[in-house]
Amino acid sequence: MTRARAPVALAVPAIAAVALVVLPLAYLVLRAVGGGLDAFEVLQRPGTLTLVGKTLALVAAVTGSALFVGLPLAWLVTRTDLPARRLIAVAAPLPLVIPSYVAALALLGAFGPRGLLQQLLEPLGVERLPEIYGFVGAWLALTLSTYPYVFLLAGAALRGLDPALEDAARGLGRSRWGVFRRVTLPALRPSLGAASLLVALYTLSDFGAVSLMQYNALTRSIYVQYRSLFDRTPAAVLALVLVALAAALLVLEQRSRRGVRASASGAERPPKTIPLGSWRWPAFAFCAAVVAFFLVVPLTVLVYWSARAVELGRGIAFAWEAALSSVSVSALAAVIAVVAVLPVALLAERHPARWTRSLERLGYTGNALPGIVIALSLVFFAANYLTPLYQTLALLVFAYVVRFFPQALAGVESALQAVHPRIEEAARSLGHGPVRVLATVTVPLIRRGMLAGAALVFLNAMKELPATLLLRPTGFETLATEIWKYTAVGSYSRAAPPALLLILVSAPFVYLLAARGESDVSAPG
Amino acid sequence: MKKAIVLAAVALFGVAAGCGGDDAGANGKLVVYSGREEELVKPLFDRFEQETGIKVEVRYGDSAELAATIAEEGDNSPADVFFAQDPGSLGAVEREGLLAKLPQAALDRVPERFRDPKGHWVGTSGRSRVIVYNADALSEDQVPDSVFDLTDPKWKGKIGIAPTNASFQAFVGAMLVALGEARTRDWLEGLKANDPKRYEKNLPVVEAVAAGEIELGLVNHYYLYLAREENPDAPVANHFLTGKDPGALVSVAGVAILQSADHADAARTFVEFLLSNESQRFYVDEAEEAEYPLVAGIDAKAGLPPLESLQGPQITLDDLGPELERTLELLNEVGLTT
Repeated sequence: MTRARAPVALAVPAIAAVALVVLPLAYLVLRAVGGGLDAFEVLQRPGTLTLVGKTLALVAAVTGSALFVGLPLAWLVTRTDLPARRLIAVAAPLPLVIPSYVAALALLGAFGPRGLLQQLLEPLGVERLPEIYGFVGAWLALTLSTYPYVFLLAGAALRGLDPALEDAARGLGRSRWGVFRRVTLPALRPSLGAASLLVALYTLSDFGAVSLMQYNALTRSIYVQYRSLFDRTPAAVLALVLVALAAALLVLEQRSRRGVRASASGAERPPKTIPLGSWRWPAFAFCAAVVAFFLVVPLTVLVYWSARAVELGRGIAFAWEAALSSVSVSALAAVIAVVAVLPVALLAERHPARWTRSLERLGYTGNALPGIVIALSLVFFAANYLTPLYQTLALLVFAYVVRFFPQALAGVESALQAVHPRIEEAARSLGHGPVRVLATVTVPLIRRGMLAGAALVFLNAMKELPATLLLRPTGFETLATEIWKYTAVGSYSRAAPPALLLILVSAPFVYLLAARGESDVSAPG
Repeated sequence: MKKAIVLAAVALFGVAAGCGGDDAGANGKLVVYSGREEELVKPLFDRFEQETGIKVEVRYGDSAELAATIAEEGDNSPADVFFAQDPGSLGAVEREGLLAKLPQAALDRVPERFRDPKGHWVGTSGRSRVIVYNADALSEDQVPDSVFDLTDPKWKGKIGIAPTNASFQAFVGAMLVALGEARTRDWLEGLKANDPKRYEKNLPVVEAVAAGEIELGLVNHYYLYLAREENPDAPVANHFLTGKDPGALVSVAGVAILQSADHADAARTFVEFLLSNESQRFYVDEAEEAEYPLVAGIDAKAGLPPLESLQGPQITLDDLGPELERTLELLNEVGLTT
């Protein structure tokens, strides 16, 4: 089979798409460097080091707690005779539908000053609860939003594990704990590694939860710098620091994926169910506590505050207009993203060459660009050079496409990999032109992959907060900005209804994607 | 399939554009960058739209943030009007040379003390800084008479501030102008050492005082009335400082027109509207808060000390503009805003 050289009609749009994706990062570098040495002085401030330290501390803590919650849960649900395991298996990953800033809102509404718990305890003379703002609040909110990754990935790995290994170890006289430590855990390491890095990257790029909890992570500090200083170049420099950290995590993740061929199970038989014995109920209590705290409590709090709005005589002002705005810009971003990745994916898959591979890699730049970074760069760029687009929906949609380009690309690529080029070649040999083949053969065959990619982009754009805040047209409100606006001033009864609405709209997509086994279903707010 | 996608995209774009609210009113539109909170000023904007048929698009944000945004945008700014919470932000934009001269008739409606001498911005309502306190925890004579007493360790963890808010920054700026950098830095460091609770805005500070989370808060006087609106029995009260204490700063919210305004006529109409007797009376009769009207002959809401009786530090308000950047740096260096 001879590979045709990449046709120009494919190369041009692919290069153009990737160039646009890389633009925000490129401009940010230019701006930071153009600011001269003064801007880099921000790196020497003692505060900057503290900032990086605080960010990494949060990343480490959230990753640790997500593992601590997600792994035991996954093991209990897949391998033991835990009571109500089916129910827990369904409920445990559901917090995925709760964006980090909604988690923060729920935690504040429950445990914050003037929150639900405070009101309940007031008659008992409790005037002050332990502080939820700061590290603790950000840590809890982000653990809530991220432990499902560990749960899903570890659960999948546990199910795919060859039980023969464990049986053999048991047969050799190892204790149950010994087997877990010496056999199961090492076999899980690759997927735990991947899940940890996913959690770490999520935490690093999260803007919503840390801001609402007033924890000074890098993302929040970039926003504060941007808002309050006249020379905004230091914000650009800090954004580059954030990009560097994210890139470092991505490199780690690539490494961890290399050589991962976890002992693929040849065995058809399911693993033996491990009887928990007297640990059955304590284990159940643990699972129930996790589900209660991370799912039932937040939802209850949101419902309570929505109902409070009615009680205060305001009625539930469901932000329908904001919901429509969210849905339409997100859908637009989804469609454009999928169309834009198509030439890139086709080039990389059908015309493999060094340059097409590099182009494809560059398409994944968005993964290392937290929303706040893209937003900052585009504000700078558009306010100075692209005035007609400044504060327009077009620019906002563009930001979404850049940010979520990787998700669309991954979806389309994996679908293309499943379609053998021979099918297309056969169509070509029947005398159809390339465009016709693309439209009548390839696209219909990869339809599902394109839809999945579009759904991912849609879902993440719905929840996106920082870029939406900075780039939206004047007067344009989305569900995310409504939630943000009211949570920031502690008006929980106004923030809760749009939050519930956001969860309701996102839930079906999360469910569908999680059911398809997509691990990377959710980006931070 | 492709056709369907294209059609869907076109349809979506239509919907999205519709949501953007690009449609102008019967008599054109006006783009306002408002550092004043939506809750406070929305009724004014609504009335302006009704009376003039001009559609107002408002971008809300912190005054300093919007000032920095305008500076970044330069002549490309989509804004016609900058409605700011403090003279510092207005002055900062003025220094960039981005403001147009206001009509003299509009300027003359407000005492000189409350407007830019060069005529680039004009105050629209006045306020005094106060210490708001929890009346269950403290009696008024226990409340400090000077902000300098707030560094006393006995207030540790009991003070609330909103350091990213323009009115707090204006107050620190006034201290900087009146007393110099060394004393201001000392005070800020002393305050920081007392672990003040930090809030995004003034109103949450007052609500926290009302809820007993903290005992004292540094805010503008009128937020008390907003908090009472939600909770009439809240045990909160204002303590007005006397003399030249920086904590007694009397300042204004003000308005300016950008030189690059695309809707300059509408902008002038808007400024005149804000200074009309009806709009000024809004602060006395209708508004939930109780700001001081600035136009002569309209008295403040009953129960407030008369504006003329309030002194504050010896500065002029247009001194605050040049100092805003330095003020923000100082807050940043001391670590109150990071």
